[in-house]
Amino acid sequence: MPKSIMWRLVLIGFFFLLAVALFLPSTPFSKSLPSWYKDNFPKIALGLDLQGGMHLVLQVDTEKGIENHLQRMSKGIDGLFREKKVAFSEIKAQGHEVLISYQNEAAKTAVEKAMGDNYPIFQKVSEKGNSAAYTLTDTETKRIKEWSTSQAIETIRNRIDKFGVTEPLIHAQGKDEIVVQLPGLKDPDRAIALIGKTAVLEFKMVDEAGDLKKALDGQIPEGDELLYERRVDTESGAVRQTPFLIKKEAVLTGDLLTDARVAIDSQFNEPYVSITFDSEGSRIFADVTAQNVNKRMAIILDKNVYSAPVIREKIGGGRAQISGSFTHETATDLAIVLRAGALPAPVNIIQNVTVGPSLGEDSIKAGVKAAVIGGILVLGFMLFYYRLSGLIADFAMALNITMLLGAMAWFNATLTLPGIAGIILTIGMGVDSNVLIFERIKEELKTGRTVRSAIDAGYDRAWWTIIDSHVTTLITAAVLFQFGSGPIKGFAVSLSIGILINLFTALVGTKVVFDFITQRRRIERLSI
Amino acid sequence: MDILKDTKIDFIGKRHYAFGLSIILSIMGIIAAVLIPLGKANLGIDFTGGMAIQLKFEKPFALEDARKILDKENFKDAELQQFADGNQLLIRFKNAEGELKATSDRLTPAFANGFADNKFIIESTTAVGPTVGKKLQKDALWAVGILLLGILIYLALRFELIFGIAAVIATFHDVLAVLGVFYVLNKEINLLIITALLTLAGYSLTDTVVVFDRIRENLRKRSKEVLEDLINRSINEVLSRTIITSGTTLLVLAALLIAGGEVIHDFSLALFLGVLVGTYSSIFVASPLLLVWKGKRGRLIR
Repeated sequence: MPKSIMWRLVLIGFFFLLAVALFLPSTPFSKSLPSWYKDNFPKIALGLDLQGGMHLVLQVDTEKGIENHLQRMSKGIDGLFREKKVAFSEIKAQGHEVLISYQNEAAKTAVEKAMGDNYPIFQKVSEKGNSAAYTLTDTETKRIKEWSTSQAIETIRNRIDKFGVTEPLIHAQGKDEIVVQLPGLKDPDRAIALIGKTAVLEFKMVDEAGDLKKALDGQIPEGDELLYERRVDTESGAVRQTPFLIKKEAVLTGDLLTDARVAIDSQFNEPYVSITFDSEGSRIFADVTAQNVNKRMAIILDKNVYSAPVIREKIGGGRAQISGSFTHETATDLAIVLRAGALPAPVNIIQNVTVGPSLGEDSIKAGVKAAVIGGILVLGFMLFYYRLSGLIADFAMALNITMLLGAMAWFNATLTLPGIAGIILTIGMGVDSNVLIFERIKEELKTGRTVRSAIDAGYDRAWWTIIDSHVTTLITAAVLFQFGSGPIKGFAVSLSIGILINLFTALVGTKVVFDFITQRRRIERLSI
Repeated sequence: MDILKDTKIDFIGKRHYAFGLSIILSIMGIIAAVLIPLGKANLGIDFTGGMAIQLKFEKPFALEDARKILDKENFKDAELQQFADGNQLLIRFKNAEGELKATSDRLTPAFANGFADNKFIIESTTAVGPTVGKKLQKDALWAVGILLLGILIYLALRFELIFGIAAVIATFHDVLAVLGVFYVLNKEINLLIITALLTLAGYSLTDTVVVFDRIRENLRKRSKEVLEDLINRSINEVLSRTIITSGTTLLVLAALLIAGGEVIHDFSLALFLGVLVGTYSSIFVASPLLLVWKGKRGRLIR
């Protein structure tokens, strides 16, 4: 056998065996494989549409993120001005602006100088009487928005890690969107509650002096807000709402806590969440409780009152407990979100696709069945129409599919339902290259060439046609990949890998078989 | 074996009939393409925003009963679709406000009561915000545009600009034709269908490129032949390839259509129609279009 043929056969054999070795761990046979093998090789992942699970797209409310950031900043400015003894009357954040008011011209100059020296990220936008409005510069606004999104991703990842989902996928999309994919998830409602919660924990004093009745009629005292406690009766499922008149200013917030755990109340056998503050939080908590004995302190999460216990005595040690009508599950989830921290801005779920495991199973079965039927039909047709050459084409197709699956495993590609369709389509289009070559060989044979030279001419002439047709399909696949999400990306991936492999099998794979057949003896007639 | 032996069909001579048919198909498509962004088509919730809930029952059920239950529960604008085996029900709420969880929490007991002897599970739920749909519509249009531009550039580099333009027109024609048929059949147009349209654009191009390749080859070899005859000859020469390739691709797509399951049924249908139209267009649209700009013969050759 000439060396060139042997080398090509060895190459093809090598690729084939490699593909089989790569693909095996992704098949049902993987159970009987040794663990060093199946655990260390990459596998084809199943898309959410095939294995079930949840696909969420969240949009971070970055505008609100700016507002929250300005709230925090205004406290910082307040502190700095006091420290530097800058005379001012009031600093408050309002929407996207920080309003600073002062007594007189001299104070105004001092405020302006202090702002200019310490906060170059602010710019003055307007001035009215004895107050000035500042906003963040455009670059800073953009930075905070980006930070809100990346911070939200971090926090959500943190929560999901603690929640325990295998192979979650969390990434940014566009400027302010987050894609969360949770394969094989059992309890989507719980996951949504966990991910979507902003989880701003605040401790605020109840306004004991205020008139709750009047407040309910809309006359809320200055500096107060009306918040509700929602209690769900565990037996009847009825929701009871209790209004509270609460002072707006938070005495303590959740960012000062170091730990949150579920504990069980020994008296009522009810779960509650026990939280531990850091040293600063502990100090503030002790001070506040000491100053407010016999008053009520409300524990508020995302504007919902969880409880409003009366302070009996000063509480040292930096521990507090949040009780409410918790089940073990809701208490666990609350502890998780508190530990992972609050989101820098609220998130909205703008897309939610949840697929149950049974639908995925049915889809795999149907897809595989269609692939087998389609494959057999095409293999049978090629054999019937092209005889021996058809057999060669069939061999190429088997090689094609094996290598496609092997490559998908190697790239750790995700197989989706459209992806299966992509593979099936590759079968159909893969045959095309062989048809092109075979028809060309037939034409060349008709012009009276010998079998050997007709084969060579057939491959030569079909070469550019095959390249052109493959490149155009590759362009399509690239556009699909760029444009598509989830299942469609999977389709684009299997289509493009299929096209590349198809090029190899059509131009190298089948050619070497023809070369092998024709080199041993002179063939007068080609079965084609 | 040969299905076709040395055919000498006058394709170019029939181009006026073909153009007529193509114009009808394209107009159908254009109407669909205009009406779709206006919301006057059966758009999937991935484009309109809304909710979809898919249930799977143990036994087949009557669609009427399901509708009654929804009416009784006062679900407005619910669209129902029963799948082939009669066990599955897809409920869609387009442009719906409200929470997915709240809706499914209300639906579940209603159906549990209404179909007391027929247990069901919720197979999948989907909720899409209205802004997502707008963005997706825009993305889809961009994708089609970029695809056509990419193809135009590649073909202009490999052939002459005229070939590129003819191929892009033919491809656009195919996409419009399938879109038009889907519109007439009142099939839901969703992301998967757009994917199918882009894929069939790729397929149709492949088909066109094969014919063009032969035309170019013959232009070099037979520089004296009349262009009409030369194009006819080229189409006839590659005809058996065209038919066999389309045939095998249609075979696998038919398998997908029949056995591939409900989720990709319409996707397969779009591809199936696309292969049919794509094959037709490379013969009857793309090739005759070369004649429209023929000018001096030399312009077709590089």
